[in-house]
Formats: sequence, structure tokens, C-alpha cells
Amino acid sequence: MLYSILCYESEAARAARSQQEDDALMSRLAVVQQRLAAQGRLGPVARLMPTTAATTVMAGTRPVVLDGPFAETKEQLFGFYVVDCATLEEAIEVARELAREKPAGALEIRPIARFSPMSAT
Amino acid sequence: MTDLAWINTALTSSRAQVLGALLRYFRNLDTAEDAFQEACLRALKSWPLNGPPRDPAAWLIFVARNFAVDELRRRKKQEPLPPEDLVADSDDDTQAALAERLDASHYRDDILRLLFICCHPDLPVTQQIALALRIVSGLTVKEIARAFLVTESAMEQRITRAKSRIAAAEVAFDAPGAVERAARLAAVAAMIYLLFNEGYSASGGTVHVRVQLCEEAIRLARMLLRLFPAETEIMGLTALLLLQHARAAARLDAENNIVLLEDQDRRLWNRELIAEGSALVEKALRHQHPGPYQVQAAIAAVHAQAAAPADTDWAEIDRLYEILEALQPSPVVTLNRAVAIAKLRGPAQALSMIEPLAARLGGYFHFFGLKGALLMQLGRLEEARAAFDRAIALADTAAEAAHIRLHLDRLVQDSAPRDGMRAS
Repeated sequence: MLYSILCYESEAARAARSQQEDDALMSRLAVVQQRLAAQGRLGPVARLMPTTAATTVMAGTRPVVLDGPFAETKEQLFGFYVVDCATLEEAIEVARELAREKPAGALEIRPIARFSPMSAT
Repeated sequence: MTDLAWINTALTSSRAQVLGALLRYFRNLDTAEDAFQEACLRALKSWPLNGPPRDPAAWLIFVARNFAVDELRRRKKQEPLPPEDLVADSDDDTQAALAERLDASHYRDDILRLLFICCHPDLPVTQQIALALRIVSGLTVKEIARAFLVTESAMEQRITRAKSRIAAAEVAFDAPGAVERAARLAAVAAMIYLLFNEGYSASGGTVHVRVQLCEEAIRLARMLLRLFPAETEIMGLTALLLLQHARAAARLDAENNIVLLEDQDRRLWNRELIAEGSALVEKALRHQHPGPYQVQAAIAAVHAQAAAPADTDWAEIDRLYEILEALQPSPVVTLNRAVAIAKLRGPAQALSMIEPLAARLGGYFHFFGLKGALLMQLGRLEEARAAFDRAIALADTAAEAAHIRLHLDRLVQDSAPRDGMRAS
């Protein structure tokens, strides 16, 4: 069975860490990742940019594009896509295509800050 | 992360929200600060024992508010009571109920107000920054004094004076209307940019202190953008700071000399910050409502995206400076545009563009630096030397002067045409 593990933290707290502290944290996490990768059990790992870089596309036949993250707490995360786009406009177009097929909810576009495409075997 | 480090981060990241709310309740900065201080002390005692609260900011507001109400009760013979509803429900209020009231629309104006009171127009710029660092960021007076290269007691005095000045000023505590909110945002954005520049301009303090100022400015900009996610100029400001800070490691050499953009080791640039800054620029420009921060960020993004100086899209930079000149006409903007013109159409064109600026930029280091570089490229060496001498006389920092001396040395060594200088 493949599992996804989603990481949560207060964004304000993350922003209050210095670059140095953040680098230290990332290298501690890298140790765990390397162990999993060596066992052939690690799939893609992504670090997302802060929600300030997010754009949200509301689902529906005529999708509305909004700045910022999808902030409703009544909806839950159901899945995600990683798409390669040259511009934000392209990414919005992809999200719009998906949004038109969805009856409700939203698609939040978050640029990826770091990506490692390792795949589990 | 250890408990203490976690608590420290939680207190720092909650500070603006908690102080902002307390300021709205009590309408007095000293009361708010004392109460926040007390709540932090109690957090340091309670959190390691009971574990971190679900919402640290709500916890701190609750505890601080109760403390301040008790204090006011104790002194009620001397001082007027706080608004009745505040006292009435403070005893049986629960953390959950309070948290519920902390809806985003309320606390974003709280935080904006807190930042805005530091931007009082009567306060000199350095005092605005010092005050913001003390009140909003919670830096100690000692840390701020170190950043501004003054003694602790001098900084203490400065902050006390600035505080009494803002205490006397009228600040509206009602939720601001759209126009007032926009004005507050603009003032706060300018203050955050100045704070960043204080750290960036290498005018004082150690590298460590300056990096701290830049990182704090970025933290405040991101915080503001989280509160106002659709404000294109706040996107632009945040992007501009990220893109400039991304080059920090390459801007100074081992001897603390400024390294020009075109001479910087681009491998030292922080790609993650560049990616985030560029993403924000793109997001902002989609709205087709350009403002000075967005355009400056877009210029920084064009530089950041060039793998080597020769790959720089000077035509795009020229186009962006043209927009900036229209938005915010200034001789300094024209001066910067002239650098792009020199690349696109040669030094003679650029020189004729900046010569009319002489009267207004007669005391500006970069004017003579660029003029000297252009004259040098044109082979007018005597005039170039005179311009460089003038630039050295006007340099604010040893690094700036050292940089021009480098030009002078080259001028002596060979008279071959060289690229012009440009902002680092």
C-alpha cells in the first residue's frame, strides 16, 4: 500500500525561524528521508512555498480564481497533482480544466519550493 | 526542536497578533506590552508542564487580557475603568470562546494598526524602524542599538521619546474603511521596506545583525501578505525583499567590499528565495495593476533569472524601468534605467540620458559612479577620473569607496572599455 504523509505546521511559526534554524531542520529531515530512500520506500517529496504564494481556483463550470490559499476548514484534502508548467497562468489553466469537472470544492495551486522525484519500488 | 526553542518561536510568531488585540482592548501601548510580557512569563512556566496550547495566540490573549483587567481593577481609584463589557465577561470567558472571536477580519486590522502606529509621519524614519523592531518584532533595546550602532541608553531614549509621541497621537480604533486601510497598508509597506534596507544597505552593524533585520522585514512582509492575500503591492513588496535577500551571500566579498551584480558568483544566490519571489511577482502582475513594488520586484526577478550577466534581458529591464518612471518619476529611477540603456544602445546614449540629472543628483554617489563608468567606456578618461573622485567623496560606506577605487585602479592599468557599473 502506498501512503501519503502530509506535513502541517503554523505558518507564522515557520516564518519566525531564521534561515539557519530552517536549514538545520531540513537537514535533520533529510537524514530520515535518505534512510527511507535507501530502503526503496520513498516516493516523491515536496516542500511547498508559503501560502502567500498560493492561488485558489474554485470548482464549478465557470471557475473563479482567487489569491491566497483555500482557507475553508469544512472541506478536507482529497488528493494532489504535481504538474510542470512554465508559468502560473499555465498552472491556473490546468486547475481550471480540473475545476470544471468537479461539482464542488476548490483547487489550490501552491508552487513547489523543493522537489525530489524519487519513486518507491 | 527543544521545548524552549518551540516556545520562543510561538511567542515571536504570536506577538503581533496578541499585542494588536490587546491594544484594541485597552487602547494603551504600555498596558498592552506589560500584559503581553506577563502572559509570556506564564507561558514559559505553563507550556513546558501542560504542553503547548492548540492556539498559542488565543492562549496569550486570554491570559494577558485577564492580567491587564486585574491590574486595572487594582488601580481603579487612580485610573478610569476599561469598557464595561470587557470587565463583565472577563471572568467566565473561556479560551475557546475567545478564540472564536479572533476571526481573521478582526485581527488583521489589529496587526495592521500595531504596525501603523509605528509609522507616525512626525517620527524620523530611523525612529519608525526602531519602534517597529521594539514593539512589533520584540527585539531588545540592546539588539536594536547594535543594529543602529548607537549606545543602548541612546536607543532607550530614542524609543521612549518615539513612544510618547505616538501615545499623544490619535489612532482610530474602529475597523478602518477601505480608503483608510489602503493608506495604512502603504505606510506600513514603506516602513517594512526601509527596515529591510537598513539591513541591506550595509551602513551599520555586523553581517549577522544586518541579516537579522532583513529576515525580520521579510517575516513582517509575509505576515502582512497572509492577512491581505489579494493586495498586489504587498505581493510586490514581499517579492522584492525575497529577491534582494536571495543575493545576500554574493553581495559582499571576504573583505566586506560590495560585489556588483554582474561580478557576483551566481551560485551563491539562494534559488529557493528567488523561486518564491518570482512566483509572487508573477501572481501580482496577473492583475495588471502594477505598482512601484511590483515593478521593482519584476526588475529584480529578471536579473535573478539570468544564469550569467550576459543573459540578462536588458530590453525587458528597460521596459520595466519605463513603467516605473511613469508610476514614480524620480531621477534615481532614470539613473537606473540609463544602465539598461547603456547595455542596449551604448554608453553615449546613456550618458546623454543622465547628464540632465546632474543638478538633482549632484550629491548622489551612484550618479558619479555610473557617470564615471560610462565616461571610461567612452575613453574620456580624465572626465571619468573626476567623476570617480567625486563618487569617492560621496560614498556612505568604506565598501562603496573601495569599489570606486577599484575602478580608478583599472583606469590606471588599462584604458580598454569596460562594462558600466550598476546597482548591486
